[in-house]
Amino acid sequence: MSALFTIIHRDLLLVMRRKSEVLTALFFFVVVTSLFPLGIGADATLLRKIAPGVLWVAALLSTLLGLHRMFAADYQDGALEQLALAPQSMVLLVTGKIIAHWLVCGLPLVLLAPLIGIQFDLDANSLYVLMLTLLLGTPVLSLLGSIGAALTLGVRGGSVLMSLLILPLYIPVLIFGAGAVYANSVGLDISGHFSLLGALLILALAFIPWVSAAAVKIAIE
Amino acid sequence: MTDNFSPISSKSELVLQACELSCVRGERQLFSNLNLRVVSGSCLHVRGENGVGKTSLLRLLTGLSKPEAGQVLWGQQSITIDPLSYHRELLFLGHRDALKEDLTALENLLMYAALDKVPLSTEKALSALWHFGLRGRETLPVNCLSAGQKRRVLMARMSTRQARLWILDEPLNALDFNAAHELQNLMIEHLDHGGLIVFTSHQEVKLPNLQVLDL
Repeated sequence: MSALFTIIHRDLLLVMRRKSEVLTALFFFVVVTSLFPLGIGADATLLRKIAPGVLWVAALLSTLLGLHRMFAADYQDGALEQLALAPQSMVLLVTGKIIAHWLVCGLPLVLLAPLIGIQFDLDANSLYVLMLTLLLGTPVLSLLGSIGAALTLGVRGGSVLMSLLILPLYIPVLIFGAGAVYANSVGLDISGHFSLLGALLILALAFIPWVSAAAVKIAIE
Repeated sequence: MTDNFSPISSKSELVLQACELSCVRGERQLFSNLNLRVVSGSCLHVRGENGVGKTSLLRLLTGLSKPEAGQVLWGQQSITIDPLSYHRELLFLGHRDALKEDLTALENLLMYAALDKVPLSTEKALSALWHFGLRGRETLPVNCLSAGQKRRVLMARMSTRQARLWILDEPLNALDFNAAHELQNLMIEHLDHGGLIVFTSHQEVKLPNLQVLDL
């Protein structure tokens, strides 16, 4: 277990030493979501209607921006080999890296979402639901993304390939995440959406660390 | 949980063996039917021209890649059976230094010690870095260090890692005369304590119980 915390601490420390990469992804999220109200104009009904979709798509894309960093730097300087040779389970180390990625690229989106939502004239209840869906959904994005990041290690132009591999897998999260906010705004029951998002998260947690660890091992062979 | 080996238990005999190993890279067969045997207190110098498969052999011995045929034995057991306990006794240094450029030398050392399950206090880590001539540079990010100084950080890691088996790919690269001498002393000390070393180098190295393998 201490290995998990060591790797999280290490990755967060590395991020703190090179803040620009993370801030780029966050700034991207803020700018893209702010462009919509500016472009569409002050039609409050329309903005309220498109808000969940826009915020969720922007969240997907900005998660994608930070993904290639998950393993690529460690792969290049040989640190990934050393992690594979450490007397630790690779699954645990990969899980640690995924958690670190979520803390850096997912959690800030959850915290920023209410601020951005105000631009779309969302009421307090919708903002609350939006935050909850992001809280359940962004870890799934980091988990799914780790497969793509691991599979495209050492591939030229890997980040474009990774987007093509990963974006289709993000569709269910997008549908249920944005769907919950929309359903809530028209007064429908949203417990089904949350159950499905929760199920996706549990399923992803149960399988993906093993898949990504296997993909990393293949990449460094 | 962690079996810390005391100096007494380190006297026990350990053997690294490779049986009828063959390695294929792409379409090319690098070597086949390779046998080797290294026992406690001895070392193996793998020599050969560039591209002949020295690094591939070392990676097979670490278990990072799988051989086309044959197997690697640590003690009497294949290394694929219990990789975690094999890796606890193994230190592999490849041609990339694996140091995180944005962390300081001290942070790198402590981070690897934690991952390798080696108890290492900050004082011990500092004294290891000082011992290898990095006094005053322990709190600089590694990207401010020269290639040779990075190698010295790795020497500090070797001395604190407490591994029985060292597999070193070109350890003498980028080292100045004094550092190369220090590294040799470090290797001799490791052999005296019953350790095993497999290394590649294009230079002549004077070590006790040296075997040479020409690929």
